[in-house]
Amino acid sequence: MIMRKPVAALLLASMAAAAFAQAPADTRRSGFDDMSPALQAIQMDDFANPAALWLAEGEAQWNTRTGSAGKSCADCHGTPATMRGVAARFPAFDTTLANVIDLDAKIDDCRTRRQGAASPPHESRARVALEAFVAHQSRGMPITSAAEPHLDASVAAGARIFRQRMGQIDLSCAQCHDERAGRHLAGTAIPQGHPTGYPVYRSEWQAVGTLQRRLRNCLSGVRAQPYAFGSPEMIALEAFLMRRAAGMKLETPGVRP
Amino acid sequence: MAAPLVSAPKRVRRGDVFEVKTLISHPMETGFRPGTNGTIIPRDIVQKMRCRFAGEAVFDLELSPAISANPYFIFYVRAETGGALEIEWTGDNGFSASYSALILVE
Repeated sequence: MIMRKPVAALLLASMAAAAFAQAPADTRRSGFDDMSPALQAIQMDDFANPAALWLAEGEAQWNTRTGSAGKSCADCHGTPATMRGVAARFPAFDTTLANVIDLDAKIDDCRTRRQGAASPPHESRARVALEAFVAHQSRGMPITSAAEPHLDASVAAGARIFRQRMGQIDLSCAQCHDERAGRHLAGTAIPQGHPTGYPVYRSEWQAVGTLQRRLRNCLSGVRAQPYAFGSPEMIALEAFLMRRAAGMKLETPGVRP
Repeated sequence: MAAPLVSAPKRVRRGDVFEVKTLISHPMETGFRPGTNGTIIPRDIVQKMRCRFAGEAVFDLELSPAISANPYFIFYVRAETGGALEIEWTGDNGFSASYSALILVE
């Protein structure tokens, strides 16, 4: 016993040192870390966060029977807790649709094919509310991005778009969010652009919106033609951003300026 | 429109001051903004918020167009006798919403 203890301690110390040497410090920051304390306080208080209104609406939808099938989400899936972890792994390859899709498209597929209900327009309150409610179940879980050939292809396409200069201003996503993150653009702090809190309540919108809406904001900001909602380019960008943020924790619903 | 969200205790001790938080879903359109076609979007705001506790007025509030969407109010009420906490919102275009809950004072 007397001999073993120091050996075990030494072994642990060397293991810790090896782990430390292998993994350089993670310099990734969620947009949350760079917000004002006032906005952080709003996000941290579930009641002060205006997204609570959308979550309540999403929960009501979860339990409401609708469509020609007369089924609610709860009829098939049970409690919302069964959705834990789902938002953390989208976009993902869907074998039925034979395509890489995001959470919004997955919910919409369920709504139209299984419930036989009409698909609400992109960014409409009903659509965003249900996605926010489903994504909220994964709060605190690390983002995962499966190593899967179809998804890998989408991630690679997204990485290309991320580095592609575009628009009249001729800027790429990477020029701001990789190379100049932490600096300022016209007085506004440039975040690293990790999709940790989506759908977010954005005070500029005074509403909850999806990552695609946010991406379209940036695209029109550099005066490029924004990609259409649900387009392969959008999904590719989302897939790339989620891979880039893999391991970071989901905060849904986040609050952003 | 979603129902207003209100957070208030179910029971309080006599004489204690308790906190009420309210959040209501509303666009609070100012009436000053031009829409995509250049014409002014008509004003659409919550005009009044009234709170009563055990039949007594807590406050009557007039809201202005400068208040953000989804107005969020926190206020404090002293509990002398138990009763219903009643909150009522009224606004443009016939908007109205209400909340009522019994609070036990012991």
